[in-house]
Amino acid sequence: MRKNTNWLATTLIALGSILILFPLYMAVSIALKNPEEMAQSIFSLPTGLHFENFSNAIKATDFFHALQNSAVITVISVGFILLTNSLVSYAIARNMNRRFFKLLYLYFVSAMFIPFQIIMLPVVKVTTDLSMNNIPGLILLYIVYGLPFNVFVYVGYIRSIPLELEEAATVDGTSTWGTFWKIIFPLLGPISATVIILSSLSTWNDFLLPLILLADPSQYTLPLVQYVFQGQFSTDFNLAFASYLLALLPMIVVYLSAQKWIISGITQGAIK
Amino acid sequence: MAKRRIAYYLMTIPALFLFFAFHTFPALQGIFYSFTNWDGFSDGYAFVGFKNFINVFKDENVLNSYFFTFKYAIAATILINVISLLIALGLNAKIKAKNFFRGVYFLPNVLGVLIVGYIFNYLFSNAFTVWGAKLGSDFLSQNILGNPDWAWVGIVIVGVWQGIAYNTILYLAGLQTIPADLYEASSLDGASKWKEFWSITFPMLASFFTINMVLAMKGGLMIFDQIVALTGGGPGRSTQSIALLIYQGGFTGGEFAYQSANAVIYFIVIVAISLFQIKVLQRREMDL
Repeated sequence: MRKNTNWLATTLIALGSILILFPLYMAVSIALKNPEEMAQSIFSLPTGLHFENFSNAIKATDFFHALQNSAVITVISVGFILLTNSLVSYAIARNMNRRFFKLLYLYFVSAMFIPFQIIMLPVVKVTTDLSMNNIPGLILLYIVYGLPFNVFVYVGYIRSIPLELEEAATVDGTSTWGTFWKIIFPLLGPISATVIILSSLSTWNDFLLPLILLADPSQYTLPLVQYVFQGQFSTDFNLAFASYLLALLPMIVVYLSAQKWIISGITQGAIK
Repeated sequence: MAKRRIAYYLMTIPALFLFFAFHTFPALQGIFYSFTNWDGFSDGYAFVGFKNFINVFKDENVLNSYFFTFKYAIAATILINVISLLIALGLNAKIKAKNFFRGVYFLPNVLGVLIVGYIFNYLFSNAFTVWGAKLGSDFLSQNILGNPDWAWVGIVIVGVWQGIAYNTILYLAGLQTIPADLYEASSLDGASKWKEFWSITFPMLASFFTINMVLAMKGGLMIFDQIVALTGGGPGRSTQSIALLIYQGGFTGGEFAYQSANAVIYFIVIVAISLFQIKVLQRREMDL
């Protein structure tokens, strides 16, 4: 029994989506206007396209440098998260009958409840004392702080993989490490995709940790640069919006090209 | 076999060490400092017992920040869940361009909170006020973020705008787990759409409802980036969230130990609320 299109629902959903798209339309149109056009009407479409707002914003915020910092931090953090967090989870998942690993699991997972604010003040002290208030330190913290959630989803997934697969490899004399890399890790594909998407989003968009940790302005990430920029150039809205758009653009491009993946990855991660 | 066992330990011990060093140890340190009078910079400090904790409860700024944070978190949690459930129902219906609209509604979730906050900050101060003036309303023609009594509503609007994306996706996933034959049976019985929602859809979504309520509440209680971008805690201190107060007092206000005590209390509050929610909502799941 195939029903016809529900036009009422379609209309309501379309109207609702205007509320989502309107602020983004405003961002784009303001970034393309100049102050005179703004004075006439802030809502209308831009009459001329002022791409110089973008080139000026790139200069004012040293955009490509911040982009590079954000990209380096995200790619390295997520790469290591993928390799290390899955390995730790494998050891835990295959030894849940042993007290040490069971406790380790509870230890990591219970940390999900700890709000970052409680460790925020001391963590700055610890990292400064160790001269880790820089990009490498930030990367290490992202890898470590990913553990609670990632162990939770990986352990659940690994426990659903039948042991027989590994037993065959063991009989053939493959070491535990070899078993993990050759057999288990490739099987983790779907859940690894989820971990990649969720940790990329949270690392890329994170503002608080770079804000409190990074001491050297040349290491600032994209969100942090917007924060500093906002303090300096808050009156030139066209320039500011060009800068915001530039900062949002990489994620929008990634999202548009991998939308289906991202949505299903998020769904999987949350349901686990 | 011993070799195997060693391998498993080698896989976990570095992670255990690092996690302890950079997560648990700072947490313990935070608890330790909360019993001192350290300002964050000086060489020395003294133990003051529970003085910080007692003062936290007497501090108007702290109480005010709890009041604001709870007001925000409760309003945002309710609105996010109601709206995202409605959107999920819409996106799950037989509509045109389903994938396009799914993409649109999820988009806010991939955008950085801080930058979205800046965009809305401008809209509240320069764009919405123009409409307000056209409508001839004095109230609507002023910047809502500049009004101590109403600034929190502006923050709720932005929080909800961005927050519904994630919860919508979860509800949508939940809706797809409901078997179609349940609806066929109810339509044979002649049940109304309204009845169908309350006796089939909503009960079947119980576990998703629990997850969404807990996540939205936790996110609301930890609000930080949006406040930085929208009001900076103002006007006055009317929108200073707990997270922002700990940040501002702890790093720039010389209140390291005092705000550590505040953070310990904040931690206990968040855990208590999350556990309470899970318990109550899961009992509801079982009753259904």
